[in-house]
Formats: sequence, structure tokens, C-alpha cells
Amino acid sequence: MTTTATPPLRAKVRRADRVFSTSTVVAGILILVALAAVAVFLIAQSIPALLADPSELKGSPSSFWAYVGPLAFGTVWAAFLALLIAFPISIGIALFISHYAPRRVAQGLGYVIDLLAAVPSVVFGLWGIKVLAPMVTPFYGWLVDNFGWFPLFAGSVSGTGKTILTVAIVLAVMIIPIITALSREIFLQTPVLHEEAALALGATRLEMIQMAVLPFGRAGIVSAAMLGLGRALGETMVVAMVLSPAPVISFVLTGSANPSTIAGNIALNFPEAHGIEINALIATGLILFAITLVINSVARVIVNRRKAFSGAN
Amino acid sequence: MRFTRFGSVAAVAIAASVLLSSCAANEGGTPTDDESASTLSGSLVGGGSSAVGAAQETWIAEFQTANPDVDIAYDPAGSGAGRETFLAGGSDFAGTDRAFDDEEVAAGGFASCAPDSPIVQLPLYISPIAVIFNLEGIDTLDLDAETIAGIFAGTITSWDDPAIADQNEGVELPATPITAVHRSDDSGTTENFTDYLAQAAPTTWTYEADGVWPIEAGEAAQGTSGVVDAVTNGTGTIGYADASRAGDLGTVSVLVGDEYLPFSPEAAAAIVDASPFVEGRAEGDLSIELDRTPDEAAYPVVLVAYLVGCETYEDSAQGELVKEYFTYMASPEGQEAAAEGAGSAPISDALFEKASAAIELIK
Repeated sequence: MTTTATPPLRAKVRRADRVFSTSTVVAGILILVALAAVAVFLIAQSIPALLADPSELKGSPSSFWAYVGPLAFGTVWAAFLALLIAFPISIGIALFISHYAPRRVAQGLGYVIDLLAAVPSVVFGLWGIKVLAPMVTPFYGWLVDNFGWFPLFAGSVSGTGKTILTVAIVLAVMIIPIITALSREIFLQTPVLHEEAALALGATRLEMIQMAVLPFGRAGIVSAAMLGLGRALGETMVVAMVLSPAPVISFVLTGSANPSTIAGNIALNFPEAHGIEINALIATGLILFAITLVINSVARVIVNRRKAFSGAN
Repeated sequence: MRFTRFGSVAAVAIAASVLLSSCAANEGGTPTDDESASTLSGSLVGGGSSAVGAAQETWIAEFQTANPDVDIAYDPAGSGAGRETFLAGGSDFAGTDRAFDDEEVAAGGFASCAPDSPIVQLPLYISPIAVIFNLEGIDTLDLDAETIAGIFAGTITSWDDPAIADQNEGVELPATPITAVHRSDDSGTTENFTDYLAQAAPTTWTYEADGVWPIEAGEAAQGTSGVVDAVTNGTGTIGYADASRAGDLGTVSVLVGDEYLPFSPEAAAAIVDASPFVEGRAEGDLSIELDRTPDEAAYPVVLVAYLVGCETYEDSAQGELVKEYFTYMASPEGQEAAAEGAGSAPISDALFEKASAAIELIK
């Protein structure tokens, strides 16, 4: 018996393959290294502030957590409001482009949406402060006069419109393009067979979207919303420019004292900060890092759970 | 842009030298151009208050034109950072919204200076802060400190409040609610404004002077331009901002003694003369205990920023350079340039004399 006759079957390794696979591994590692570097920096710089006597911090809060609490709340609250406004609109636009609009209109609209995504946030900030805030002020006055009994519109109205609702509207305008662009791509990938099957069974277009398009795209929609939420959570310029902040935890949408966001607060106070104040600001950055991490993980869990039913695999 | 500016400067310089020399030739005397022939050279690094930033830009441009071999850089990183950098030896001079206090001066250890050298602190940048408001048809209002404090603390909430009306007889005040706008960022303007409220209205304003707005009441806006914008765009709004930015907005005349005083450069400069120097400091340390409730006609809502240097530098050439630059900043020309470029109030003659004596100590 000759045992050496048949060598095991192996594909010949080409150099290009090896180079390519190595470079993808390097790219994958690089992003982890960058993430780790940021985390190490944040933690190392935060420790002095976490250990310091809170009376040394700006505004002499009772503890670091009393300082960061309203900021963390404001960050999540503003981003949540923005997502609440942006999500239905984005899904609507995406469905219109993918399933309702004539092809030429859809294409044009797609370009416009992408263009909106390219506008820098400082421009949105200027628009918010110069155009939107003065415009919505009378409307806020009307809301407070007529719906003042509702907790969200309680108290006295802001005289300048620089409230968290205005910020949320600007943020919503900023994240609409992201959510729309992603959802549109997902909706366009719905298998035509599914759609035609639904229509053949006598479904209306609405029912077809409910039965075929949305279930197929659910995981993708959640991902798109989370990307939008991520941008809203970290948005700095708009908040710094438009919001009238105060160190409070308040759900009121139309008042003068609004909880600031972590990113906005850093932008406002970093230029004049020194010593332990800088550490305190970086420590709030660490909290923001943790918040985004938690929210993204939750989103990932949702996406994974839904994936099985999506038909994408 | 750069090139054309340098070009025009060069053209002016050439024209001036031709003129000067021809004049001199006409007069038949020996040409004396010690002005254009500056022998100064070297570089200076400064940093600190962003409020002084605009004035520094003007001063540096003018000084470098007069002394082409000198290179000065000023980093408007903020007062706290400026003091820290100076203390650590990272800069030759600092600009700061407040002088080094007793404790810091006693601790010493100014690494920029020669060992045991005292520091020189000069209040060379005085900028009036205007209390601005937006009420249709009203250009000025007379208010005392208690009323201003009440408005900003949120206890006076309507423009036709008797506290305001009593001081402004004959002015048609609307029943509009008041929106008081303050800075949302940490700033020297806020620190000086709250210091004024704390000193002049201690019963209504029970908070300490702070660069961050200490209470929840009122609206907040980013930066001087943000406050001016919010006041301009809103109705029934009131705020405080660098006086040079007040524009067409209504401004408040502040009660001083028994007289309502609008802001003016002279009145702002007068507050420094009306205030005592901090006691027990070195000869060159002109730190001022700002008295916001003066007896004389001086506008009390001002931001005073100091320029800080050493009496003795390790390197005497560096000392010479700092001395020349400080001399220029304190000079009437320098102060006038800052008034034009940054809207500050030129210092008074009395302060100029004291500052000159202090600058003489630098070496």
C-alpha cells in the first residue's frame, strides 16, 4: 500500500489572498486599538475628577454624580425626542422613495436627502438659532397658554425659543437623512417575490408593506434608528449654540431652564476650564462613552433577536 | 490678503521714510530716525484671557510693525490656563480676568521669572459691560443695582413692575414678561457682572461672583454674540454684553450714588481710579480691589483684565522686550489702538503714570 501517493487537497495560497486577508485583520484590530486608546484616555483623565473634592468642581455640586446627572439625563432626553420626531418621518420618506414615488422623483428626492446629510452641524446650529427658535417662540407661547396643565408644557414659556424641543427638532432634521438613507436601501432589497406574492393574494399596497417590506427590514430599521440616535447623542455644536441650559433635570419642553447635554456642556465650558475642571469635563465624556456603549449594545441585542424572522438569511 | 497687507504696510513705511528724509534734508539737520530703526529683536509668548484676545491682536500687529524683528504670540486659551502656563514658566506674560490673589502671590514659584522676582500685574484692559435690552421704542432705562439683580434673579418678572416704573417716570413700559439672558459658557464677563451684582445688590443677589451663571433663573446663550442675538431676536429680553457689541439695542443707565450713569469709556476707566489697590503687594503689582459701589461718577459694570509679567527675567534681553511691549500697551497710543480694535476703555492718565512706574521695574 502506498500511503504517500495522495497529498491532502489544498487550495494554493496566492500572495494577493494573503495580503488581503492580513490587511483586513489589521483594519479590524486597528479599530479595536483606537477604541481602547480612547477608553484608556477617558478613564485615566477622569480618575482625578472622580476622586476630587466635589466643591472644587464648577458650581460646587454635592458630588460628581450630582454634576453629571442632569447632563446625562439631558443627553438621553434630547436624543430620544429627536428620534421620536425623526423616526416616523424617515420611515415615511424611505417608503415613499422605495415604493410610492415615480422613479424619477424618487431619485431626485434621494439626492436631496443625501445632500441634507452632508450639511455641517454648525450650519444647522445657525439655522436653529437664527430661524427656527424665533419662529417657534409664538407657537410655544400658544402651547403653554392652552396646554399648560400638561406636565411637558408646564411653567412659564421661554422668551427666545431656545428650548430642548427646538434642539430636538434641529437634531431630528440632522438624523432624518441617516435613517432615511439606510431604510431606503433596506426597503429596496425586499425580495420582489415576497411583494408580488402579497399583491397576488389580494393585499393592498399598505398591506403588502406591512406583510412583506417591514418584517423583512425590521433589523435594518432598528440599526438605522440606532445610528441616528448615536449621532443625536453625540451632537455638540447644535446643542451648544441653540440650547439655553441650566443644571436641572426637567421634562418640560418649552421652558427656559433645560437640561444640557454632555457634549454641549463640554463644548461650552472647555475653553475656560483649567486644572481639575478639565478632568471633570473629560469624566462626563466617559459617561457619554458608557451611555452610547449601553444603547448600542441594547440595539445589537434587538437586531440579533429579530434577525431570525427577517428573511434576510 | 496677508501679502497685500504687508505690501501696503511696506508702501506706507517707504513713503514715510522718503518723506521724513526729505523733510530732514530740507531742514538741513541730521536725519534722526530712531523711530523706524528699532533695535529690538526676539520673541515673546503670552497667553490667557480670551477677553483680552482682540486687544492683543491689535497690540501685537502695531508693535510688530514698529519693531519688525520682534515676534509676539498670544494664545487666548482662557484666564485660568493663562495663569497656569505663566506660573509653570510656559509663557513670558499672561492676560487674565483676575489678578493673582494674595495666596498665589505669597506662594510664589513663578517659573517664568528669575528666582524670587516679584510679579508685575497691570490693569491695562478695561472694558465696560453694557446691560442691554430689547423693548420697542425705548432706548435707555434707569435702573439701580437691586432692580437689575431682581430682574436677573427672576424676582422681577414684568417690565411694568413698580420697581422699574418708579425709576423711569414718563417712560411707557409695556406689560411684557421679562426674559433675562445670561451666558451659557464660562466667561469673565459673567464673573464681572455677577461680582457687580454681589457687591452692589447684596440683599437680592446672594451668590458669589462666578464665571458660570450661578442660578437657574433666566435664559442662557453661547458667547457674547449668542447673548446679543438672543436679546435682539426676543421680545422683552435683557442681557449683559461687552459694551462694544451693544449696537442699536437699548442700554441701561446704572444708578451710582444718586445719579444714573450710562456706560462710557471715561466712566468705565474712572472705576479703576476710584478703587483702592490691594494692600501688601510688591511695588509693581497694581492689583485693584474693584469697588463696584463708588462714591464718584464711575461706571461700575466693567471687566478689568490684567497683564502679568515679572519684575526680573532670567534673560535680561527678554526682560527688555517685555518692558518695551508693556510700555507700548500702557501708552496712550496703545490704549487708543485697543479702544478702536477691541472697544475697550483707555486707562486714565493717573493709572498710566502708576503703570509706567511699575513697568520701569521690569528688567
